Amino acid sequence: MNAAGFPLLSLLTFLPLVGAGILMFIRGEEAVVASNARWTALWTSLVVFGLSLILWFSFDKTSADFQFVEQAVWMPDFGLGYHLGVDGISVLFVLLSTLLTPVCILASWEAVQTRVREYMIAFLVLEAMMVGMFVSLDMLMFYIFFEGVLIPMFLIIGVWGGARRVYAAYKLFLYTLLGSLMMLLAILTLWYMAGSTSIPDLMQLRIAPDLQIWLFLAFFASFAVKVPMWPVHTWLPDAHVEAPTAGSIILAGVLLKMGAYGFLRFSLPLLPQATEWFAPFIFALSVIAVIYTSLVALAQEDMKKLIAYSSVAHMGIVTLGIFSLNHQGLSGAIFQMLSHGVVAGALFLCVGVVYDRVHSREIARYGGVAKVMPVYAGLFMLFTMGSVALPGTAGFPGEFLVIVGIWQVNPWVALLGATGMVLGASYMLWLYRRVLFSKLTKPDIKALLDLSPREYVTFAPLVVLTLWMGIYPSSFLSFFEASVTALVTRHEAAMTVSRLAGM
Amino acid sequence: MNWTLIMPELALSLAGLLALLGGVIPKRDTSYGVNMAVFGALLLAGVLVLAQPEGTAYSGQYVSDAFTKFTKVLVVAGAALGVLLALDWNVKEGLAKFEYPVLLLFSTVGMMIMLSANDLIALYIGLELLSLSLYVVAAFNRDSGRSSEAGLKYFVLGALSSGLLLYGSSLVYGFAGSTNFDRIADAVGTTDGTPFGLVVGLVFVLAALAFKISAVPFHMWTPDVYEGAPTPVTAFFAAAPKVAAIGLLTRVAAGPFGDLAAQWQQVIILCSLGSMILGALAAIGQRNIKRLMAYSSIGHVGYALMGLAVGSELGVRALLLYMAIYVFTTVGTFAVLVAMRRDGRALEGVDDLAGLGRTDPAMALAMTVFMFSMAGIPPLAGFFGKYFVIGAAIQGGYVTLAVVGVLASAVSAYYYLRVIKVMYFDAGLGALDARPASISVILAGTGLFTVFFFAFPAPFLAAAQAAVAALIG
Repeated sequence: MNAAGFPLLSLLTFLPLVGAGILMFIRGEEAVVASNARWTALWTSLVVFGLSLILWFSFDKTSADFQFVEQAVWMPDFGLGYHLGVDGISVLFVLLSTLLTPVCILASWEAVQTRVREYMIAFLVLEAMMVGMFVSLDMLMFYIFFEGVLIPMFLIIGVWGGARRVYAAYKLFLYTLLGSLMMLLAILTLWYMAGSTSIPDLMQLRIAPDLQIWLFLAFFASFAVKVPMWPVHTWLPDAHVEAPTAGSIILAGVLLKMGAYGFLRFSLPLLPQATEWFAPFIFALSVIAVIYTSLVALAQEDMKKLIAYSSVAHMGIVTLGIFSLNHQGLSGAIFQMLSHGVVAGALFLCVGVVYDRVHSREIARYGGVAKVMPVYAGLFMLFTMGSVALPGTAGFPGEFLVIVGIWQVNPWVALLGATGMVLGASYMLWLYRRVLFSKLTKPDIKALLDLSPREYVTFAPLVVLTLWMGIYPSSFLSFFEASVTALVTRHEAAMTVSRLAGM
Repeated sequence: MNWTLIMPELALSLAGLLALLGGVIPKRDTSYGVNMAVFGALLLAGVLVLAQPEGTAYSGQYVSDAFTKFTKVLVVAGAALGVLLALDWNVKEGLAKFEYPVLLLFSTVGMMIMLSANDLIALYIGLELLSLSLYVVAAFNRDSGRSSEAGLKYFVLGALSSGLLLYGSSLVYGFAGSTNFDRIADAVGTTDGTPFGLVVGLVFVLAALAFKISAVPFHMWTPDVYEGAPTPVTAFFAAAPKVAAIGLLTRVAAGPFGDLAAQWQQVIILCSLGSMILGALAAIGQRNIKRLMAYSSIGHVGYALMGLAVGSELGVRALLLYMAIYVFTTVGTFAVLVAMRRDGRALEGVDDLAGLGRTDPAMALAMTVFMFSMAGIPPLAGFFGKYFVIGAAIQGGYVTLAVVGVLASAVSAYYYLRVIKVMYFDAGLGALDARPASISVILAGTGLFTVFFFAFPAPFLAAAQAAVAALIG
């Protein structure tokens, strides 16, 4: 059994599905159904979040091993097993997913008025898929959850999205599917080689360098789309713009992390030589992503699109950190993933707040909002600062560590990557100025009301986290300290072996 | 003489004759009773198949083993569901005649004989019994021009494929000296340098069977026949006979011609590649959902053939699993198609599903499940089918097949998604007529199977394993 004494991770994964199952059987008038659906979904997600806090308190931070492990027979003839567990890299993403889900449900409390029950079912299924993906220790299960995310996400964007929702939903689905199918080929190859899909088993596998290149490319096809890396990022702005607020939050908060998590979980430990070999290529793409998408963000007229492009730039920093392959870089990348999850999610929530009131995402439609919504302006400022990585906010430690890490590899890359921080400050502050300051002339903006109590509750956890992660990052860094060390050691050992073999 | 071995076929044939009498003798309309009797007889046949001992009978013409059991159970299940599907439809279209279930029953007997055939003659007899019944049911709506056209087209092309089969069989007989599969296997195994005529005969036999499973390049009849035939008939065509024909093809390829694998693999690989690509591309432009499903079924046959093309134990196992999953998702999908009716008029356009997510959420959900499953999205059953098939291809080193398979699957996701898009994203044209109870039962059953397959795959895997062991040994 595991440290919790009961199958905690299975519960975290499948409890949302139980909630979704209950939702299916709610009967009655439409308004009653809607209200019941909201509360059922909220309570389910809160219970899941409460349970996931056990991970926060009883996770053994000194160990790099998989913890809370659960194993069961599934398809033994094929070496496919039911295998769950978390290590330092994945544990905080589980918590991020379980935290953002209730936030999303609260964020769509009033924004979603049609087919509320179906919406909540989709969100709970989505939560199950996200948590399941982060806790899977079996490659096939990982793939199932990784792909399964597409089903609820397709429906969330397509049914409750904006004007061009159909296009955006298709683009998201087909882009990701094509990438993922390449990964499926890699998974099948590894399965054939190892006779098992259990990740700990696969870690023992020594793969020939030529094959590593192909496998890396196959994994890369999937993860690069999901991250997303330039030039396969174009689905993201469309998806973000058309998705409902909560969809954007979860997309930026968790779904973008899946790609980077995949790099950490598969590409680095399984394919060390190929990782080393492809690192300069990834650096190039990441630097382009950081600079190019930051410039693109400057030109945006749509708030959501601007934040979407900023996400691509921030994820560029993450991939830089991951492929720096040293301790600081990796820690920074993981921290940046977490902080971006919180901050970008919060920024989309900020956009959602005014969108609910004005029904426009166009920057030019706003102006002077700070005068009528002072509290909102304060929160928006906090998250803007988080996004531009001001010291003391969540964005800073991650970016700083990544730059430190990458400096050791290649100072030029570090320099170019750091320009992203400068550009980030310019587009975010400019956005802030145009929306919240400038002249308050439009009559409907003058009539805006400040945050409602529900919105306070929705923002509260994100505010706390943004400050906490910025002021005392150690409480988060300590979780993945041991795992990152183990990852780096493992990688260096593999490289040494291959160098010796090369001689 | 071990005649009791053939009990399931005997019982089913007897039930068919009784059902015919039951339809003809009474003065009043007994079609509902006959339907139920045939359904019961099919269930009985399923039980008998499961209880059937293994062995050969009739001088080695008839064989019963785990492979025949697996495929026959699928065929009988597909046929039984086909009878249920048509119940309500035939009443509403004024086609409630007792001949319909009886014809389905005899075609099922034909399929079972095909699957148990261990001799080219038995194979031919089974195939013809199946085909003759199908020609009639395709044209069952005899007052409709489209239905008659479908029946005629199917008949002409079916006759052509029968001709090919007979020609190929006679060549095989001439060069191998026997029509018995075991004798042919001996002849193929021993001769140093396989006689060229035998290979030619094999290719003719394969071509004929490719007609029956509508693999590219012998698929041309499929969209027209699928579109023209009454929808429940199309459902029946897409499910049971496909399994039977693929099962037969597998037995013929792996059994008597097992030692000629290098020859037939090339043919099957081409058919598989062609079917996957055509199934993915040709369906994109379809507006008629039955035509769309026709191309989709061509694509699925391509994937199933990938398992055979690999020729390994894992490949055949994956093929059987793929067909099992295919039968249930197909029947489920067609249940939705059969229920598509507005103001008493049957509908066939993809766009007619618009707004279904609002007007009938349960059916829309079921259809969504089937579409995602057919697109191979996990965790639904269809994903596992594709997973094992493509896994087998990679294991066998057929990387091209695997890559084309995943690419075709990404392309085909587009049109499956379109169905979902129409149901959920588009504004509706008004509710469909209430769906009959029989359709609801089928939807629930096949839908639950598709969703929860991932939780209980073990019995299916074990059964497929036993079947493969019997075939390849």
